[in-house]
Amino acid sequence: MINFDNVTKVYPNQNRPALQHCNVAVEKGEFVFLVGPSGSGKSTFLRMVLKEERPSQGRVYVAGKDLGKLTNWKVPHLRRRIGCVFQDFRLLPNKNVAENVAFALEVIGKPRRFINKVVPEVIDLVGLDGKQHRMPDELSGGEQQRVAIARAFVNRPMILLADEPTGNIDPATSIGIMKVLDRINRTGTTVVMATHDAAIVDAFRKRVVELEDGRVVRDQSRGVYGQAY
Amino acid sequence: MRLYFVFQEIWIGLRRNLTMTISLVITVAIAMALFGTGMLLKKQVDSSKTYWYDRVNVSIYLCAKTSSNQACGKKEATQKQREDLIATLKELPEVAEVDYETKGEAFERFKELFANTPGMIAAVKEGDIPDSLRVRLVDPSNYASVISASKNTPGVDQIVNERELLEKLFRILGGLQWAALFIALIQVFAAVLLVGNTVRLSAFSRRRETNIMRLVGASNMYIQLPFILEGAIAGLLGGVIAALLLVGSKLLLIDRLQESLQFATQLTWTQVAGVIIFSMAVGVLLCAGASFLTLRRYLKI
Repeated sequence: MINFDNVTKVYPNQNRPALQHCNVAVEKGEFVFLVGPSGSGKSTFLRMVLKEERPSQGRVYVAGKDLGKLTNWKVPHLRRRIGCVFQDFRLLPNKNVAENVAFALEVIGKPRRFINKVVPEVIDLVGLDGKQHRMPDELSGGEQQRVAIARAFVNRPMILLADEPTGNIDPATSIGIMKVLDRINRTGTTVVMATHDAAIVDAFRKRVVELEDGRVVRDQSRGVYGQAY
Repeated sequence: MRLYFVFQEIWIGLRRNLTMTISLVITVAIAMALFGTGMLLKKQVDSSKTYWYDRVNVSIYLCAKTSSNQACGKKEATQKQREDLIATLKELPEVAEVDYETKGEAFERFKELFANTPGMIAAVKEGDIPDSLRVRLVDPSNYASVISASKNTPGVDQIVNERELLEKLFRILGGLQWAALFIALIQVFAAVLLVGNTVRLSAFSRRRETNIMRLVGASNMYIQLPFILEGAIAGLLGGVIAALLLVGSKLLLIDRLQESLQFATQLTWTQVAGVIIFSMAVGVLLCAGASFLTLRRYLKI
């Protein structure tokens, strides 16, 4: 589903590469934790899957397609098949829960009838039923992240990328968020989650890819966060 | 494409930057009104030019007792002098016709011409305008030989080439028209910069939305269209105001000029409508184009 073939990324005006000779293959339906300290290249990895950054060397394949050969005007179509969740939720403060989720479908031109049907379904799925009409600032951090997940998942993407989704949330609530991500993974969606959270990685026993200074230093199925931490 | 959504976004954008939008609309309105006025004046001047240049005469005023010209010596031109001059002029190949206009006829014509301004008529009495020969030319631009033939001829007081008078007038009108176009150009420049600023503000205040749109895979057109239409709508509003100003300038400026200057040809409302449509289209395209160019800098796709 995602294939990094010897990918190196050097940002302009920086000597140290953000990723170096990275080879990672993620199969359809997998759940992968991307771990490593800050600045190890986790976010760069995720941004490359979205073609927000292009590799300095090597190739990135998503769903069998070489992103280097994807024309600019086709990038939005790639992004429609990938959902994104961030540490800072990125909800629109002037829209309520249902409107925030619906926004993702409105802007890709889905018909109103379709939106009215799927938005409540996905709000149920993330466990926010009954809170459709709340505004983001009336929700807890965990609930806001659920809204963000609902928005990322509402178009049924084949891949869900999560960049430290539990970074702003207390451990107890994080478990709930992880359960939602796990539920989404069980529908067949590939999930790649960058995280610092050792407890969560250890508890879930999924595949772990560890980055350090832009290199893959460990790739372990059913792994833990690591002894050093 | 969900139109309702797009228009909602535009409305939010325009309202958020209300002061910017108002200044943009005003700038565009003034720019387009000046631009249109310039074009109307040009149309008017061009059509009057062709009309008048075909009809201009060279007038040769004959000596009268009142003339100040030394050569006349306070004496009226004799009949012989006059007839000699007419004969010479008629022999010239450039001359189509020579008319002799007496003091009485001249005064009658003057009264007719200034029928609307009784003050002028009261100030002039019969005899103030001397006898004259009105020479119509085959080609109005070929007047040099007539002037050289009649110059320094006994009995001739003054030679007035009407074309020179008209040229002076048209030069003033032409200057007016260029001034209008020049100021319009400066205004257009200001409008383009304002569009740029408005779009930049708008892109900044909506960066959350556009970021999410980008992430969920909205097409570039979907992301950019509200901004471009925002500019275009401001341009259209400016154009509508400019249209009203142009109708005003036709009624108040050009029609008045026409009354006092005897333009002879009248600018039709069809011509005015053409100018209005043209300047509105320019306004809308200008604003939409400027938004599009600014977006390329401030909106990452």
